[in-house]
Amino acid sequence: MAAAATCGSVAASTGSAVATASKNNVTSFQRRGRRASGTNDSGPRLVSITGTRPSVRNGQLLVSTGLPALDQLLGGGLAVGTVLLIEEDKYNIYSPLLFKYFLAEGIVNGHTLLVASAKEDPANILQELPAPLLDDKCKKEFDEDVYNHKTPESNIKMKIAWRYQLLPKMEQIGPVSSSRFGHYYDASKRMPQELIEASNWHGFFLPEKISSTLKVEPCSLTPGYTKLLQFIQNIIYEEGFDGSNPQKKQRNILRIGIQNLGSPLWGDDICCAENGGNSHSLTKFLYVLRGLLRTSLSACIITMPTHLIQNKAIIARVTTLSDIVVGLESFIGSERETNPLYKDYHGLIHIRQIPRLNNLICDESDVKDLAFKLKRKLFTIEAEVQKGVSTATFLLDGPRKKLFPCLFQLLEVACIPWLMASSSVFKASNIGLSPYVTNSLVFFLLLSFTFKDPCNYIGRT
Amino acid sequence: MARRPGTGYLGVVVRRGSTRGLDWRLGPAESGLLGHLAYSQRLTVRSRTERNWLGPSPSWAPQADLFSPRSSHSGGKLTLLCDAKTDGSFLVHHFLSFYLKANCKVCFVALIQSFSHYSIVGQKLGVSLTMARERGQLVFLEGLKSAVDVVFQAQKEPHPLQFLREANAGNLKPLFEFVREALKPIDSGEARWTYPVLLVDDLSVLLSLGMGAVAVLDFIHYCRATVCWELKGNMVVLVHDSGDAEDEENDILLNGLSHQSHLILRAEGLATGFCRDVHGQLRILWRRPSQPTVHRDQSFTYQYKIQDKSVSFFAKGMSPAVL
Repeated sequence: MAAAATCGSVAASTGSAVATASKNNVTSFQRRGRRASGTNDSGPRLVSITGTRPSVRNGQLLVSTGLPALDQLLGGGLAVGTVLLIEEDKYNIYSPLLFKYFLAEGIVNGHTLLVASAKEDPANILQELPAPLLDDKCKKEFDEDVYNHKTPESNIKMKIAWRYQLLPKMEQIGPVSSSRFGHYYDASKRMPQELIEASNWHGFFLPEKISSTLKVEPCSLTPGYTKLLQFIQNIIYEEGFDGSNPQKKQRNILRIGIQNLGSPLWGDDICCAENGGNSHSLTKFLYVLRGLLRTSLSACIITMPTHLIQNKAIIARVTTLSDIVVGLESFIGSERETNPLYKDYHGLIHIRQIPRLNNLICDESDVKDLAFKLKRKLFTIEAEVQKGVSTATFLLDGPRKKLFPCLFQLLEVACIPWLMASSSVFKASNIGLSPYVTNSLVFFLLLSFTFKDPCNYIGRT
Repeated sequence: MARRPGTGYLGVVVRRGSTRGLDWRLGPAESGLLGHLAYSQRLTVRSRTERNWLGPSPSWAPQADLFSPRSSHSGGKLTLLCDAKTDGSFLVHHFLSFYLKANCKVCFVALIQSFSHYSIVGQKLGVSLTMARERGQLVFLEGLKSAVDVVFQAQKEPHPLQFLREANAGNLKPLFEFVREALKPIDSGEARWTYPVLLVDDLSVLLSLGMGAVAVLDFIHYCRATVCWELKGNMVVLVHDSGDAEDEENDILLNGLSHQSHLILRAEGLATGFCRDVHGQLRILWRRPSQPTVHRDQSFTYQYKIQDKSVSFFAKGMSPAVL
């Protein structure tokens, strides 16, 4: 596709906006990878920023959210210039984790951070970031988390569908270097102090800023939001993220993290009253924030306690005004904690909205029932397992009693179903399954030949 | 290839003897279903007996007796795009590319996305927004960028999004002035463009920014008076349907616009949830048909699937994935 060919060169550059493009005789075939405001660029520069990659679908510049599984569900990553809104779980246990993963990813990639909070000092938040998994010797500990401890051998080779071993797994497990796109983090360890000190970060702690006298423009936002917007705009302008400073050769991404937006600590009363006086403050803030992000090289993560907002209309408006909305629902305290279906997981994760940027369609994942679990060191996201048929995980864990459902899942996710099925039938007989199982398997496989596309009928839509 | 907008035709492929029903492509071709819908009907302006909504200040009211009763002027149309539980922005992209290709002068009030987004999708659909803006065919108000300018810098002259700076949002008069200025016919003698068109994406954002539903309805009313009646152009606006979110202001806005509009295109998600092959359902409702003998309020329902550069429509249950 022409898009793929051009996106590598152009999307990585900080393509100028229309104004300069028209001056520089840029043809209409050039795909703009960034929405940076007009600069004095003399055409596209092949500047690649660490920690970003262009999207294969529309050439958009993407950054990682810190969780490779979430990146995959969002269609490759978080697009630069967009807002990721995380609807907090009820007791605010897991959403700070996602927040910290985002910031930790920024530190590992060398991006500039802007942390805003009304509850905790940003310096304390940065002290609690998870440590990245950077060495090979951590891989063994990592494998212990992934595989069941009943099967001591790691890296079980696939005995039946041996061709599927060549396909990439859902989560890329392997040694991590800083040039990769998404990194893994160890939630039980802290980020080394020298990494934090080497990074460039700005903190906005509301109780400190509200007393100082910044130039306050008349606006109908609550003072906390106004000050935060001005702070963000100052940082973007002074450090040249919007392209206003042409002397800066090395372009970087600004990662903005705003914690507990909309809570009463920010001076907003949408969580307290149904029809408060400032009911438009939050939505206006989001709109202006998105305007700032669209004209600069930045990405933003916001956690919001939407379960506290009394007025459901505001939640709907906030969802429309954000680009990506991810909702977390933890099982703590709910009846689902004792539900055997969910015994392996800590909560559900709902991808409520994915933006359609520069495109008519978006990369929606087919799997809608996703659950997360916080293992000893990792935060993983998986499709819900229902009666042994898992629709998204490729990893074959080994125990033989799971063999039959594994074949089911291989058939339904395969794009070349009948071609592979014939070889897999022969392999099944080698293992020595009971003849009944083998016969039913063969029968089923033969049946599958008659359908045009078995994936659509077996898989859940 | 200047096509007069009044002569749109319906490009429908009906395969005889097949069970597939109606199947056509919506895309860069001039013969689009929605193109026909946009131009097929002439209407009569309903008489308004209410007084001027802005009360005793006629300073920005258009000419008096704008709506004389029993007037049978053939004016433009108001098309309402509505989406519920899904994203109806593909309709906006379609109308934008359609009107630009039909050589109309377009004023696009884009409040929700940036210029480059529409420009890149427009290239897929076959129009170049950059070129259209340069030669004056397209007047683009980028809401996100303008909001940043308005909020952080004091503006000397009134800005279309002036209401963002005010604590108690009054009315959308500056925005209306901007639209009127953008679409007023140039007295240079030769008529380069055919009809003026106003596109708004989307109106629900104005509610989020602090405007009341009545203020937004006033704005639409004045735009209709100017664009549809005075300048004989068309209007296309997008409103989100919040469904069960109990957004009263949005419901007022949606109901008010539904009564005023001549064509309603409603994109809904499927009631059964997400499907990879059928992205949603489009309901087309004609209001105020021209001849009273025809059925009032014709309505069609089609399901659609959005592809990379086009949208394919099919009758309910006739998705190619199912057949």
